[in-house]
Amino acid sequence: MKDTHLIRVRVNGREHELAVESRRTLADMLRHDLGYTGTHLGCEHGICGACTVLVDGAPARACLMFGVQADGRDVATVEGLADGEDLSDLQQAFSDRHGLQCGFCTPGFLMLAEGYLAERRAQDGGEPSEQQIRDVVAANLCRCTGYQGIVEAVLETARRRHAREAP
Amino acid sequence: MTWVGTPVPRTQDRRMLLGRGKFTGDLARIGTLHAAFVRSPFAAATLGAIDASPALALPGVAAVFTAADLGDPALLAVLERPGFVPTPLPLLAVGQVRHAGEAVAVVLADDPYTAEDAIELVDVDWSPGPVVAGLDAATAPGAAQVHQQAPGNCLVDLTLFDDDRLEGIFAAAPAVVTATVRSGRLAALPMEGRACLAEWDERDQQVVMHVSTQVPHQVRSAVAQAFGVAEQRVRVIAPDVGGGFGLKCVAGREEVALAGIAMRLRRPVRWVEDRQENLTASFHGHEQRYQVRAAFGPDGRILGLAADIDCDVGAYSAFPFTCAVEPLMAATELPGIYKVPAYRARGRAIATHKAPTAPYRGVSRPQLVLVMERLMEKAARRLGLDPLTVRRQNMISPGEFPYTGCNGITYDEGSYAESLDLAEKRVTESGWPGERDRLRATGLLAGIGYSCFSERTAYGTPTMSQRRMRMTPGYDTAAVRMDPSGEVIVTTGTCGHGQGHETTFAQIVADRLGVHPSQVRLRQGDTDLASYGWGTWGSRSIVIGGGAARRAADGVAAQLRQVAAHLLEASPADIELGGGRAGVRGDAGAAVPLSELARIVHFQAHRLPEGLRYGLEARETFDPPGTFSNACHAVLVAIDPGTGGIRLRRYLVVEDCGVVINPVIVDGQVRGGVTQGVAAALLEQVRYDADGQPGSATLMDYLVPTAAEICPIEIVHLETPSAFSETGAKGMGEGGTIGAPAAVLSAVNDALRDSCPDAEIDHIPVRPWDIHAALRDGRTA
Repeated sequence: MKDTHLIRVRVNGREHELAVESRRTLADMLRHDLGYTGTHLGCEHGICGACTVLVDGAPARACLMFGVQADGRDVATVEGLADGEDLSDLQQAFSDRHGLQCGFCTPGFLMLAEGYLAERRAQDGGEPSEQQIRDVVAANLCRCTGYQGIVEAVLETARRRHAREAP
Repeated sequence: MTWVGTPVPRTQDRRMLLGRGKFTGDLARIGTLHAAFVRSPFAAATLGAIDASPALALPGVAAVFTAADLGDPALLAVLERPGFVPTPLPLLAVGQVRHAGEAVAVVLADDPYTAEDAIELVDVDWSPGPVVAGLDAATAPGAAQVHQQAPGNCLVDLTLFDDDRLEGIFAAAPAVVTATVRSGRLAALPMEGRACLAEWDERDQQVVMHVSTQVPHQVRSAVAQAFGVAEQRVRVIAPDVGGGFGLKCVAGREEVALAGIAMRLRRPVRWVEDRQENLTASFHGHEQRYQVRAAFGPDGRILGLAADIDCDVGAYSAFPFTCAVEPLMAATELPGIYKVPAYRARGRAIATHKAPTAPYRGVSRPQLVLVMERLMEKAARRLGLDPLTVRRQNMISPGEFPYTGCNGITYDEGSYAESLDLAEKRVTESGWPGERDRLRATGLLAGIGYSCFSERTAYGTPTMSQRRMRMTPGYDTAAVRMDPSGEVIVTTGTCGHGQGHETTFAQIVADRLGVHPSQVRLRQGDTDLASYGWGTWGSRSIVIGGGAARRAADGVAAQLRQVAAHLLEASPADIELGGGRAGVRGDAGAAVPLSELARIVHFQAHRLPEGLRYGLEARETFDPPGTFSNACHAVLVAIDPGTGGIRLRRYLVVEDCGVVINPVIVDGQVRGGVTQGVAAALLEQVRYDADGQPGSATLMDYLVPTAAEICPIEIVHLETPSAFSETGAKGMGEGGTIGAPAAVLSAVNDALRDSCPDAEIDHIPVRPWDIHAALRDGRTA
């Protein structure tokens, strides 16, 4: 018999209750049990970051977590970023700056950046430098863009959000 | 104003940003069985019995297939010329395995976890044999043979060019430069691995495959040939594809096998490659060795060139290109932009017990540019000349186009000299030399390097047929249709997978029909929708597919003009299309919306003469000889002599791809390409040990560059339209990758030379320990 557990997880603000096998990764659970296929798997060993989601607000590799570890926690995926059909400022910046080509790694970068921007805001880290953004973006892999558009998009969003919130 | 040339936003961005892309692994079907492949732990082994019964006993396992269960299916890629040894590519190994990771059986189970459990339970009787895991081992006397039919492990041996005068030229030349230049084995590494969902459609009596591929029609042909079914019994659909870079421009054994299994089981079957399979058992590329000799005059002019080119192609010939793709391209195109008066080239494909190779981005051009640029720099050093002067001395100059080289290739108009001039000017004006000096003053090694090259693109049938492939690619066909509401559907056999074809094709067609690009929808990647086509690779799609689409759009435009002329009582020659309307030239009042024309054609055919009735549709093919983009790359690197670590400080690309369809997309292709080229120069290498065991099976071992290893890349455009393309555009998907290794290696050698005049590196990738070795060897020399 499979070792299954009944868990409750909140994804993008919505409660889900499901039975999940103990060894099932969070990524597979999100994608195949709950239908959040925007979370992609690029390596399944924690390097590429395509599967990055936010767990209780912090970026996490969904391929390195088991679904059962998300029991009682709050998960945010790319599907929750937009306001209905309206792209978020970060999503729009990715398009404006040509921060994506094939789009496979994009959800991971978006979630990584959202996590970073939220953390920065919480710590009142001020306006980040291009180098700081580059270091953050270096957590994930993209094979199409050469990263320039991604760095520019995150930097632009950080500056805009900082300007908006500055006293 | 035209849409061509404008930075129209990419239509596919939105669905990707919302997480609504649909990749093969995202597709679900009720009752799907999940495939996992039993793969060889040995590089060479004789296969004994395969006992699947323990796996079949595991709850949730539905079936296990070996080659025999499927009728020993194989793909056969053939070059119809002497000097080529055909070798079948079995979908599952038959009798022998020839590389670690080769599949011998496939398990189908209710979920992928169970399938992976079950492959551990399949009992295989392996008898490991002797291994040849590199060029030297494979060509040594008495070496083990990868294929019985290929003595000496030579699958291709072609002397494409020879010149009786060469030995005389070498004997008399003031300077003869020799070099052995090597490039490492690479993985294309699209972020989405390969994947396939195959299902049987009982109504259509057809196997329907969703495949992460660049070439749906060739996958269809592969399935048809492997299983002996008609092509119409197979439908291949490429949904969103997460990058390809050449890895997916050949038929994968796994996806073809899945089609056969779906036909047997009549159930949906799915396989999603994991990264370890991708790195060890898919296809590699670029592992090459060039032994070259070049004669130069006292002024730096090249007098003759002789090259022996050996490509480590791994165990098999990929379908449909064959393993000759690298040596043939290398031997044919080596002279590049330089005027070589006498030329000899021998290209060989050597089989080894490693994963097979496929045409990875650039194919042999990164290496052949690397070789020519090394030769120019070595000649300059030998003769005491400036390396840029030597390049200028030899490159095809303005006024010499079209230029037909010693290799029989005709180079269309380019900006070889202009791009170098502009790059040098920009480098100087932007203060690179001063920055180099400042870096050197801090104790770092620093260097500036250039590379000058052209990129042959859009290889049509006239060019490809010279290779003599049994399946010769080249042409593509597009259909353009206006629907009753006046909106436009374009079908094409090309198959974009991130390049933004939905947008660029719409721009091309919108201009011809006088509509907005948002009114043009591209349908691609579906063998039941499009005419037979050759997919997307080799920087072909905008030139060939886009050229066909432009021709077809012109056909529809002509129909619209005739209908408008009839309704407006004017001559078709006086009808202008624009702004969504058809109007009479010089008469602002006489105009009719295109949507009205479309409505009348479809819904009120009786109002039109017979010849104008029944649809607005045209289908056209384009099959050009090919056209050459060109560029000059410049890079400033800094090297820490203590750690050997190499950092990019500045990167400049002056590129000319003719008419730019969408500047944002072109820049994105260049930057992504440069990043892959830098990776080849400094970071990435697929490693094997002498036993053929993979040493780079994870992304901890195979070093894909992150944002931290790449610097901003400045791009300057020149625009020399091609006379050989419909739009004036030249292909440009690979140039970044082609030019970067040579530029980076030039910069590294410039940096080394400042510290140690005799230090020199002629291979890629250059790793920190190579820097240490070069400095040590240079000092002892």
